[in-house]
Parts: sequence; C-alpha cells; structure tokens
Amino acid sequence: MDTLLSQLFAGLSLGSVLLLAALGLALTFGQMGVINMAHGEFMMAGAYTAFVIQGLLGDPGASLLVSLPLGFVVGGALGLLLEATLIHRMYRRPLDTLLVTWGVALVLQQVARDVFGAPNVDVAAPGWLSGAVTIGGLALPRTRLFILALAVVCIVALALVLRATSLGRRIRAVVQHRDLAEASGISSRATDRLTFFIGSGLAGVAGVALTLLGSIGPTLGTSYIVDAFLVVVAGGIGQIKGTVIAATALGLMQAFFEYSTTASVAKVLVFVVIVAFLQVRPQGLVSVRTRSLA
Amino acid sequence: MSQSTSTLTARLAVLVRPGRSRALAGFGLAAVLLLAVAPVLLSPFRLGLLGKFLCLAMVAVGIGLAWGRGGLLTLGQGVYFGLGAYLMAMHLKLADAGPGGVPDFMMLYGTGEVPGWWEPLRSPVVALALVVLVPAALAAVLGWAVFTRRVRGAYFAILSQALAAAFAILLIGQQQTTGGTNGLNGFRSFFGYDLADPVNQRMLYLVAAGVLLVMVVVARQLMTSRFGEVLVAVRDQEDRVRFLGYDPAAVKTAVYVVAAVMAAVGGALFVPIVGIISPADVGVVPSIGFLVGVAIGGRATLLGPVLGSIAVSWAQTTMSEQFPSGWIYLQGALFIVVVAFLPGGLASLVTTWRRRRPAREDEPGTPATPDAAAAPDAADLLPEGSRA
Repeated sequence: MDTLLSQLFAGLSLGSVLLLAALGLALTFGQMGVINMAHGEFMMAGAYTAFVIQGLLGDPGASLLVSLPLGFVVGGALGLLLEATLIHRMYRRPLDTLLVTWGVALVLQQVARDVFGAPNVDVAAPGWLSGAVTIGGLALPRTRLFILALAVVCIVALALVLRATSLGRRIRAVVQHRDLAEASGISSRATDRLTFFIGSGLAGVAGVALTLLGSIGPTLGTSYIVDAFLVVVAGGIGQIKGTVIAATALGLMQAFFEYSTTASVAKVLVFVVIVAFLQVRPQGLVSVRTRSLA
Repeated sequence: MSQSTSTLTARLAVLVRPGRSRALAGFGLAAVLLLAVAPVLLSPFRLGLLGKFLCLAMVAVGIGLAWGRGGLLTLGQGVYFGLGAYLMAMHLKLADAGPGGVPDFMMLYGTGEVPGWWEPLRSPVVALALVVLVPAALAAVLGWAVFTRRVRGAYFAILSQALAAAFAILLIGQQQTTGGTNGLNGFRSFFGYDLADPVNQRMLYLVAAGVLLVMVVVARQLMTSRFGEVLVAVRDQEDRVRFLGYDPAAVKTAVYVVAAVMAAVGGALFVPIVGIISPADVGVVPSIGFLVGVAIGGRATLLGPVLGSIAVSWAQTTMSEQFPSGWIYLQGALFIVVVAFLPGGLASLVTTWRRRRPAREDEPGTPATPDAAAAPDAADLLPEGSRA
C-alpha cells in the first residue's frame, strides 16, 4: 500500500513537472499551431535566470520568489523576440517552424554554454523547501510539493486568463475563427504575440521550478521538450483540459512502469501506449470538433 | 521498365530521355568523382571520412523521399540508422569473438553470456537480412498504425522524434546487451576482411559509394514513377488523393519504409567504416541533424539531399576540429536561414536563376530538374486543422 502511494506521488510529481513544461506548449502549439522546439531552451533560460538571481541576491528563499516572475518575463521576452523575428513569417508552414525553432534552440544552447560554461550548475533550494512532509508514513519532499502547487497555480491562472479576461476572449476568438475574429476588430497579430508571450513565459517559470529538482545545464531543455510535446499530442490541441489530464496520466504511467520494469523500458512502454492511444483517438484526448477534414 | 535493370549501366540507360541528359551527366560525373577520383586523391584518413559522409548521405536520400516528396517530416531516422548500425555491429562483435565466443564488452558489463536474441546474428546472411528487415518491419508497423489513423503533420513529426528519444534511452539503459553509452566499437574484421588493412578500408569506401549511387538511382526511379506522382499528390492534397480512390496511408507507409531501409543500410555501412556506433549517433539530436543537409540541398530534389548532406558533414568535421562552438552556431544559423527564407534549399536558387532565362520545357513533377523544389512551400502546409 505504501509503495502504491509513493508511486502515486512520484507519478503526480512527474506529471506536474511535465505539465509545467507542456502548459506553455499547449498555448503555442495547441492554440496557435506553432511547433516551438526552442520551448525547452526558454525553460533553460528560466533556470539560468534563477541561477543568476541567486548569485545576485544570495538568499535562496528571496531569489526563488523573485526568479519565478522574472523567469516568466525572460521566457516571455525570448518568445516575443522569436515570434516577431521569425515565427510570424511562418504561420502557414507549421512543419518548417519546427526546424527553424530547432535552429534557434541550438544557438541558445551554445550561448548558454559560452556564457555559463558547459558543466551543470546548482541553484540552492530555500531552507523552507528542504526536507519532507510526512503524511501517514509517507515522506513527501517539500520541493516536489511546491512544484505540484506551482503547476496548479499556473493552470488556474491560465484558465482564469483564458476564460475571464478580455485577452482570453480574444485568444479564444482568434483560435476558433481567425478571419471572423479579425472581422470583429480583434488584431490577430497582437493576440498572437501576447499568446506567444504567455506560452513562452510559462516555459520560463517551468525552468525556475526545475532548479529545485537538480542541477541545470545548457541541455536542460532537450531532455524535457520531447516529453512535453508528447503530452500536448496525447492531450489534444485546443484545450488546456486535455494537457492537464495527459500530463498527469503520462507521469503516473511512467512512475508505475518504472516501478515494475526499469526507467528506460518505461519510456518505451509509455511511447507504445501513446501510439496505441492515438489509434483510438487520433486527435488526442480532448479535441475541438470542427468540420474540417483534418 | 525494361527487363534488363539488373546492371547499373542498364539502369543508367533508362535515364536517357529527352531533356534529362543533364541529370545523367551529373550522375555520371558524381560516379566518376566518387569511384575513381576520390580514392586516388584522398589520403586513407580523408577517404574514410568521405565514406562516413556517404553513409550519412544515404539517410538523406531516404529523408528527401519521405520529407521532400512525401511531406513526412520524420525526426526519427536515427532509429532506423541505429537499428541497421547496431545489427551490423552486433554481428561484427560476434564474428570477432569467434564461434561460440562472447563479445568483450559483455564480459565487462554483462553476465558473460550471449543473450538469446543476439544468437541469430552470428550468421552473416541472417545479419544482412535483419539489417534490412527489422527497420522495414518497424517502419511498416509504426507507419501503418499512424497513417491509417490519419495522424499527420506535426503529430507525426513529434511521434517520430519521441521514437528516437525512446530508442536512445533504451540503448543506454540496456548496457549489458547493447554496450550502453559506450555503444559498440573495436571491430577487428568485416566478413573475414581485416579492418585494420587500408586496402579493405578502401574497399569499404567503394562499397559505400556504390550503394549510395544505386540508392540515388532507385530514388530517381521512384520519383519519376507513378508512385512518385501519387506521393507528391498526397503531400500536396491528401484528401483529394483519397477522394480519387487511392489510399494515402499505403503510399505514406511505403515511402516511410523505403526511407527507413535506406537509413538502415547507411547505418550498417557506417559501422565498419567509422568503427563505432553509440546512442549519441542515433538519438533526437543526430536525427534532426540529418535534416540540415537535406533542407540546405533542397529537400524535394534528387541530388540536393545527397550534396547538402555531404557538404554539411564536411563542414561539421572541418569546423568542429577548429572551432567546436562555431559549428553549432553555424548549424543553427543554417537551419534558421535556409528553412525560413529558402525553403527550397540551395537548389531553388538554381531554379530561380534558370527561370530568369528564356522559357524552357518544365515537366511538372520531374525531379531531375530542381524546379520541383519550388513546390515545398505549399508542400508542408497543413491546410486544415492546423490552426482550427
């Protein structure tokens, strides 16, 4: 029973990390159809933001609290720059965006390597996140709980923005029908930029959160980007709900497969499950029904 | 097709058609350069490097077919390259160990016994057959599963990339039987020929060059065939092709299998020439790396992927010898500039230049002329659903 619960927690924890990584993608890929391979590098930028801030402030607690919003801004700014320079030319060529942003990812990784050095660096976790909370004989690391909570906060905030603000209404309008949205006086250019800013900003936040889990390096993003995209694909595009469910499910699957086999076999099994799942639901878990043929 | 396609010369004869003499001339020139000039001029070391580039170019030929012609952005060709390479490497390891022997690394990391699934690879015939059959079977199953359910575009790209990630992780995780991060290396002989002997290395190079040339011919025949026409049609208007009564899934699966086999053969030759195969050659990053050359050369053209791939490999080797970080910047910049601003690759520059001259016959869809490179703009469009 204890092992079951601890696997459950491990799965949820992994799911929350995946969710943080995938949430921004759900916006940029799911809502806008842009495949941003540099998303992982925006996470890396967020992580290095935390590293730099800690170097400046010293106190781990204060620097974490400063880094979270700042990571959002850094990630968002990078995203905005990318959108304004390259991606906006390529909305009609989604597959090519993938390659272009991969090129951007390579460059960003090398920049990180040249600026911060190739070896991994550590960001100290604040004291109030060290240790574990023991619930019913189960030790839950505080950092993991914090990330879980952060993921929930991000989802709620994103859902609120999308549902309750005029920006959210504009985003949804552009997603559902670009031409009609423009005809109603919505600037789809401005909306695209803002969507991209938010999506990339979430990557920055995810990067800051990842510093709590271990040391960070220039290739931090590459290790998460594939899984994050799988989450979005399995979750289905167009709605955040699917991403949340898919991230949780993938995290749990990985944890339980890992428990019964090994980490590497678990990865392969998860992949097989996703391909099998797409046999049943090619459009992912939650899909917006349209009358288009795709 | 004529019956006498068994020899290369006969195949070449088929290529002689009005307006295609240039392609033939180009092909002949390439053949002479690769088979006659390079072995004389290059030092054994450089020749080995060129052989390695040719193996990577084989992967590029397949990607050119699948991606340039079929619109399948496959980010996981490293898997098929790796399967071919690992199967070959496993056979070489077993052959080096002798009958009933155990490869050295298994003594170090494993149980000291050869696992059952390695045993069939002791036979050279079985090994050569598996090099082709295993990747073909995997590509067929995966392609069929994915394409019949109309998983396409970005979804397919992401799945293929995840496959590469899973494959590399699996290889690393199973160190006792795959060599883990170190991969497989230290091969002494290749089907009885001593690999340390420069003469045999030259023979291997010639084999690689010959295989690549055959692949180019095969790719050309596929492109000009009825299949090639349907393939381009599937790329540009899949639904319309379906309404016409074709099965796009079958067409896509077929081209995906062809690309997989080409990658696998490239991998199988890569092993004796380079002397090592490791997960670092097959994962996500090298899999996307294969695309750089294809994109630069001109993805939808016949020779573009080959030339682009060789040029990129060459640039990578020379640059990373001197400026390791410079190469990464250059590779990134090439991706960005070529794909964003020159989606037809360098071949499209040739086309633009030719268009400026007085009109000449342009057969739509003939790959020998780089005109087809003008198409990929529209090619990778996801007309429906990508934004909705």
